[in-house]
Amino acid sequence: MEGAGLPGEGGMIRITRKVEFSAAHFYHNPALSAEENRRVFGKCNNPHGHGHNYVLEVTIAGEPDPKTGMVLDLKELKDILQQEVVELMDHRNLNHEVPELAGKIPTCENIAAVIWQLLEPRITKGKLDRVRLYESPDLFADCTAETNGAGPRA
Amino acid sequence: MKLTLTRRYKFAASHRLHNPELSEQENRALYGKCNSPYGHGHNYLVEVTMTGPVDAATGMITNLGELDPFVQREVVDAFDYRYLNEEVPQFQAVVPTTENLCREIFRRLKKYRAARLERIRIEETGKNSFEYSEEMA
Repeated sequence: MEGAGLPGEGGMIRITRKVEFSAAHFYHNPALSAEENRRVFGKCNNPHGHGHNYVLEVTIAGEPDPKTGMVLDLKELKDILQQEVVELMDHRNLNHEVPELAGKIPTCENIAAVIWQLLEPRITKGKLDRVRLYESPDLFADCTAETNGAGPRA
Repeated sequence: MKLTLTRRYKFAASHRLHNPELSEQENRALYGKCNSPYGHGHNYLVEVTMTGPVDAATGMITNLGELDPFVQREVVDAFDYRYLNEEVPQFQAVVPTTENLCREIFRRLKKYRAARLERIRIEETGKNSFEYSEEMA
C-alpha cells in the first residue's frame, strides 16, 4: 500500500464531531435599567436563570494524512472538546461559573465565539472550519473564519 | 471570525407543480405526482440565517423578540395553511417549487433592518432541502 490517502485533486475534507452539554444562564446587561432589561431580554432576563441542552458541532477542514487517511483522529477531537468545552461548561451556570464568559451576555453568539477561541489554538491537524452551537433544535449560531473561502462570505 | 444566527420556523401548506405553458401531458411527464390537479401538501421547515455585528449591549446579532414576529408576519402568516398557488400572489405566475419558495422567502425577509439576511434553507420533507443566498458563486 502506498499510503492510506487517496489523491484529493485540490478538494477539501471536512469532518464534524458533535458533543452535548447542559448549562444554565440568563440575560442581563448591568448598564441597562431593570425595566429595560425586561423589555430587551424578555423571559431570558429571569434572574433565577434557566437552562438548555446545548449541542455543539465542530467541523475541521483539511487534507487527510497520507499515513492514517484521517484529517484529524476523531478520538483526539473528542478529547479536545471534552477538555476545552464540556469540562468548562457542562452543568455550570454560564453567568457565574465560566470565567471565559465573564462580562459577556451568554447568548448563543457569544458562547459560540468563546468556543471558537478556545478550540482554534488546540487544532494542530487540519483547521478549525466551523463551530455550530445549538441552544435548541430551532436556534443555533455558526462561527467561521472570516477569511476562509469555503465559509459564508462577508 | 464571522458569526451567523439561524432560527428555524415551520409552516404547512399545499401546492401543485404545473406550468400552464406546457401541455397536460408534458406537465405530467415533468412533475409526475406533484402535478396532481387537486394539489398536495408539506410540512415546510424554514431556516433563516442572519449575520452582522454582535450588539455589545445585548450580545446578539439580532433579538429574537424582533425577528420572530417579523418572520411570523412576512412568512408564516402568509403561507401557513394556505394553497400556495392561489393564495400567495407571487405563485400565480411562478411554479411554487421549493427553489422558488426559497427565493420568495428571501425576498420577503431581505427587508429586515436589524441584521443582514444571509441564507434561506428550506426542508420540504425530511429527505430534501434547498438553499438560497445572494453570495457570489
